[in-house]
Amino acid sequence: MAIIRPIANVGNYVASQVADLGRFAIFSAQMFRWVVTDFTRWSLLRPQLYEVGVRSLPVIVFTGAFVGMVLAVQSYFQFEAMGRAAWSGAVINLSVVKELGPVLAGVMIAGRVGGALAAGLGTMKVTEQIDALRALGADPIRHLVVPRFLACLLLIPFLTAYCDFVGILGGYVVAWSYGVDTHEYWLHSSDVIENFDLFTGVIKSALFGAAIALISCYKGFQSRQGAEGVGRAATDAFVVSFMVILVLDFLIVLFLQGLYDALWGRTSIFS
Amino acid sequence: MTEAPTTRVGPPETLIRLEGVSKRFGDHLVFRNLTLGFRRGETAVVLGASGVGKSVLLKLVLGLVRPDAGRIYIDGTEITALSERRLIPIRMRFGMVFQGAALFDFLTVYENVAFGLREHRKWPESKVREVVRRKLSLVDLEGTENLLPEELSGGMRKRVGLARAIALDPEVILYDEPTTGLDPVTADTINSLILRCQRELRTTGIVVTHDMASAYKVGDRLVMLHAGGVIADGSPDEIRRHPDIRVQRFIHGDASLVAAPAGGDPS
Repeated sequence: MAIIRPIANVGNYVASQVADLGRFAIFSAQMFRWVVTDFTRWSLLRPQLYEVGVRSLPVIVFTGAFVGMVLAVQSYFQFEAMGRAAWSGAVINLSVVKELGPVLAGVMIAGRVGGALAAGLGTMKVTEQIDALRALGADPIRHLVVPRFLACLLLIPFLTAYCDFVGILGGYVVAWSYGVDTHEYWLHSSDVIENFDLFTGVIKSALFGAAIALISCYKGFQSRQGAEGVGRAATDAFVVSFMVILVLDFLIVLFLQGLYDALWGRTSIFS
Repeated sequence: MTEAPTTRVGPPETLIRLEGVSKRFGDHLVFRNLTLGFRRGETAVVLGASGVGKSVLLKLVLGLVRPDAGRIYIDGTEITALSERRLIPIRMRFGMVFQGAALFDFLTVYENVAFGLREHRKWPESKVREVVRRKLSLVDLEGTENLLPEELSGGMRKRVGLARAIALDPEVILYDEPTTGLDPVTADTINSLILRCQRELRTTGIVVTHDMASAYKVGDRLVMLHAGGVIADGSPDEIRRHPDIRVQRFIHGDASLVAAPAGGDPS
């Protein structure tokens, strides 16, 4: 009989995870229904745009600058050893635009915005503000989740664009300080980076934004009582968002690479 | 998806009725086959120890929590299986004062009280402002419109919560522990405000509390919950003389009371 208990525990865990996924699906469906039928009100959206967009900008700029500079330091010496230091621009900028900009911006936003969303909504839940909304005949998803979702969806691509821009600038400053020829540096970069690469970054960041908002709001709504419950919701929001960003990144890259190959054929930065 | 059909039952004087309601949270059984009604126009006080399910009772009535079994009727209409959207017109007939006031902390006092009006009434802002001014005046909080909840004392927060609850002129006001955490004088002010609202707005009231001073002052009927059901239900005088030792312990706040021999007083 001793083997029964671990099996039962595994079964209970799986059942609770499936139930949680079902609740998340219903939560998301309700949110999308409001987006389609009512969109949102400017008075609800404006504070969220400020919170998500303006207040995240310093963190994003800081992240982007250091990503670009670190990439420049690491790639310069490799290319310099081959006598092609100016080619480092292509690798730095392509990495920033296609991968590191969107993913690291997404991770930073999951930490800053996602944690704040889950903690804020969790606090509202434990102080009965969400029940108060329902008691007043208002839908909490419409009032609280939709504006936060739209703010993340609309602004995270812009924040990623800022991250990319500052990363490119940071990479260039480091390369310039090593004496790389400016004209050659930008020429190789522009030869390699295509509009499709920029599109890849924007699509990724929009999907990361949507995922961060939905997961964080859901975790906030599911928060348990007390300070520990709210803290746990904020931590869970970040950890789950981070993992989902990595999985989504892989799936999007897989899909868009296939799409690119089908439309334009396979290319390489060395060809 | 189709809604469960709504049916009208019960005598017209019973405004709220719970029939055979059971509710469990995890391993904790809150109500077992609870049947309880509230009449139009009365102010009923629901008493009981912490964790007995007093607040859950209010949330069941508002449809904020669904029962595991049983039915809930509001004015003869069954609300047990109604969707959130269909519950909105029912909820608009109620006002609820939450235990911690549950003021929206991102809105000012004015915006909190105006919330329901802006949500459900297509009124110009000037009319909303006038109604908010009147409601805040009723709870003696004129001039606080621009304050944020964090700038208010506990008693002021409860009064703003009351002003918000009565903004839509509800038929029923639900009070969840309205005097908990307040000093005796402020608690008495809240009790007076509850009486004033009942008198001036002619509402039905359900007050959940374990404050006996408050219960005797505002209630014309006291109901005591214990172990998932009702163990006492009557006028304040009837409850004072109730023979159940659990009731006597509660109303005297004395856990050492022991059951009296048949025919005697508990001591």
